[in-house]
Amino acid sequence: MRDVAVIGAGITAFGELWNTSFREMCTEAGVKALEDANVAGEQIDAMFVGSMSAGRFIGQEHVGALVADYVGLGGDLHIPATRVEAACASGGLAFRQAVAAVASGMSDIVVAAGVEKMTDVSDATDVLAGAADREWESFAGATFPGLYAMIACDYMNKYGLTREQLAQVAVKNHYHGAKNPFAQFRSEITQSTVLKSTLVASPLRLFDCSPVSDGAAVVIVCPFKRAKEFTDTPIRVLTSTQSGDTIALHDRPDFSTMGATVAAGNSAFKQAKLERKDIDFVEVHDCFTIAELCAIEDLGFVPKGTAGKFTEEGQTQIGGKLPVNTSGGLKSCGHPVGATGIKQVWEVVQQLRGEAGKRQIDGAEIGMTQNVGGTGATVVSHIFGRA
Amino acid sequence: MVGIITYGAYIPRYRIKVEEIARVWGGNAAEITGGLGVIEKAVPDYDEDTATFAVEATRSALCRRIVDPKEIKAIYVGSESHPYAVKPTSVTVGEAIGATPVMTAADYEFACKAGTAGIQTAMGLVGAGMMNYAIAIGADTAQGAPGDALEYTAAAGGAAYVIGNDDPIAVISHTCSFSTDTPDFWRREGADYPRHGGRFSGEPGYFKHVIGAAKMMLADMGTKPSDYDYAVFHQPNAKFPQKAAARLGFSQDQIKTGLLVSRLGNTYSGAVPLGLAAVLDVAKPGDKIFITSYGSGSGSDAFDITVTDAIHDKIDRSRGPTVDAMLADAKYLDYAVYARHKGKIKT
Amino acid sequence: MVGTKCKTCGKVFFPPRSVCPHCRRNGKIVEYKCSGKGEVLTFSVIHSASDQYAAMKPYVLAIVELEEGTRMTTQIICEPEEVYIGMPVKSVFRVLDREGTEGIIHYGTKFVPNLA
Repeated sequence: MRDVAVIGAGITAFGELWNTSFREMCTEAGVKALEDANVAGEQIDAMFVGSMSAGRFIGQEHVGALVADYVGLGGDLHIPATRVEAACASGGLAFRQAVAAVASGMSDIVVAAGVEKMTDVSDATDVLAGAADREWESFAGATFPGLYAMIACDYMNKYGLTREQLAQVAVKNHYHGAKNPFAQFRSEITQSTVLKSTLVASPLRLFDCSPVSDGAAVVIVCPFKRAKEFTDTPIRVLTSTQSGDTIALHDRPDFSTMGATVAAGNSAFKQAKLERKDIDFVEVHDCFTIAELCAIEDLGFVPKGTAGKFTEEGQTQIGGKLPVNTSGGLKSCGHPVGATGIKQVWEVVQQLRGEAGKRQIDGAEIGMTQNVGGTGATVVSHIFGRA
Repeated sequence: MVGIITYGAYIPRYRIKVEEIARVWGGNAAEITGGLGVIEKAVPDYDEDTATFAVEATRSALCRRIVDPKEIKAIYVGSESHPYAVKPTSVTVGEAIGATPVMTAADYEFACKAGTAGIQTAMGLVGAGMMNYAIAIGADTAQGAPGDALEYTAAAGGAAYVIGNDDPIAVISHTCSFSTDTPDFWRREGADYPRHGGRFSGEPGYFKHVIGAAKMMLADMGTKPSDYDYAVFHQPNAKFPQKAAARLGFSQDQIKTGLLVSRLGNTYSGAVPLGLAAVLDVAKPGDKIFITSYGSGSGSDAFDITVTDAIHDKIDRSRGPTVDAMLADAKYLDYAVYARHKGKIKT
Repeated sequence: MVGTKCKTCGKVFFPPRSVCPHCRRNGKIVEYKCSGKGEVLTFSVIHSASDQYAAMKPYVLAIVELEEGTRMTTQIICEPEEVYIGMPVKSVFRVLDREGTEGIIHYGTKFVPNLA
């Protein structure tokens, strides 16, 4: 297996992009990534596009071909483009496919894109519910916030997590997002903003939930040995792991532990021969505030039941022991579902290159991502290092 | 002898007071309550309809007595509020109790007497030896237009009867019917609410048919009203059945157990089946029950029923909720929430 | 409520499964009738629902563990303030959703409190 490096990254602003279509978002992020990597179209071997539900959101399937065509790789160059889907982990999985294509030797220069256009439908809640078990969860009236709310209910009952501690996750992510020029919500909030916001699915309130967003992100990978042809600051992919679990939350032995995160994390640290303390920062899947607490516990950074206190102490904020979601996370940066996994990689690249501006972590050497599909039926995780 | 093998009832938990409806429409609550003899009526939850009532009532019946669902070869659901205009409620019941696919089924409509018409059909099939068991259900989420006189009484609920001839808890000795074409109450295809001919529904409708069928039954059986322990008449309000009973010579004592309308409202096709269920909840072996239903349009079905020892030996009545217990478990709604429950607010 | 049971390991499945996730090809799956009784393991009161459930809100969503040990996602028909972890419940037959005024009506299982 060959070592793989990220040599370019591009992103659109995340938000309600009324004037930008699905294909235009991909084009904008793709051109930025290609410029960043200084790669020409003719050099690209393959493309993977992560999108959860373009079919339900905009009535468009076959988005691999669509995106390749509009970034100028389809018509003349006939580049193979493949759509990848694993609900909200579609982006992370598209990246993993790109890494695998390069590592295996099948391709050299590969584009990994993530995109979603969510604001064109009136009932995004129902589309997102398709990431759960439609027949046995969604048909019973389960919404996505509802499923994560049941995780929160179980967690609070088991570990005595307070509503205030949970709110602190959103407060911290808005603090980070305010420093990210591409974030959907670039404003800081207070604990009372969260606690006074409307109930969505008790105990979760509006400000515990990631928003409905439009956006795209693109990164380019190549064999590590060739990376210097394109950039002075390649980012090495240290591990790529993926784990699965039951599709339905009700079939898990412990609702507060995401088994796939535990498995993906354990195998990543084993493969990379790294300790938890070696990780300088993480981008985790905070689709809801409770998910961030579970993620940092299940990846093994803090013991089960203590992430609320850890967050309350400011340890997950820039300057803390383990900065979490410096991009603003899904909560503040926005959550165009297919794009999120690629955005996480984009953020790690910014941090490791030292280009994260106001949200830069001093001396960041190793970063990690964790991208979740559904309530944890798919988890994709990557560890990156400065070359 | 053909009779009732087991029975079950279902009444939804929500109620609205007649005085609350009167408040909204500017009616005189005391006068309306006094005139109808109805204090409150049962209202369905958002996710309840005639099919859910029918299933719950049937499951209650099957909890009280074990009947192999594969031996149930016919299901008839009588209602004027089937959830679909075309697609039978009866097969939904069949699926829910595991009786499908070797069975026949159909939905009945004969205003408020479709439930008792189903019992007659079931009796015929079992009596003819075509099957061991057949189920007849009467259930409704009765409609009444907002502000119409019917709205004060139109209620929700139903009851299910497993008919067979294998140790019945009550033998049905005889049934007879009295039917004419009488336009006293109707609902056209596609209309949300029924219309009615006002006072026309009394003498030429209810009384002519109820008295006609009841007298036919007494003559056929050679019985007199005092031979019966209980009598149940269709009850669109409290006045009509009391008046019919008095004219026929039945006493208040005989009708009070099965007269539910003051606390339940008019459950249309569910009314007489629920009244009979309330009687069976307390009946003893040997008790004789006189039944007369009424459906606008118009017709009445009469039944002569005798309770047997099997009501003690073959069935555990405590395994299903009694009518009285369900009437007691009431949660009251105001008119706005009731309107939302009944789908009267279009979204 | 008809689920399945693996005769090899004894586990009951509702929602039904045709392959035992523990015994896989060694499992022998047969039909199994569940009692419909269980208890609430976790819950949420849903205030924001997708369009077809909007008429029901707020409603109580829960994961219920049946007596047979299997678990399912369902609704509890009760007031939001009544539900608690450990609440005993029993199954009822209700409308799950209606496809507008002209489409199919889906029926299925929900639960009500089963307090003695």
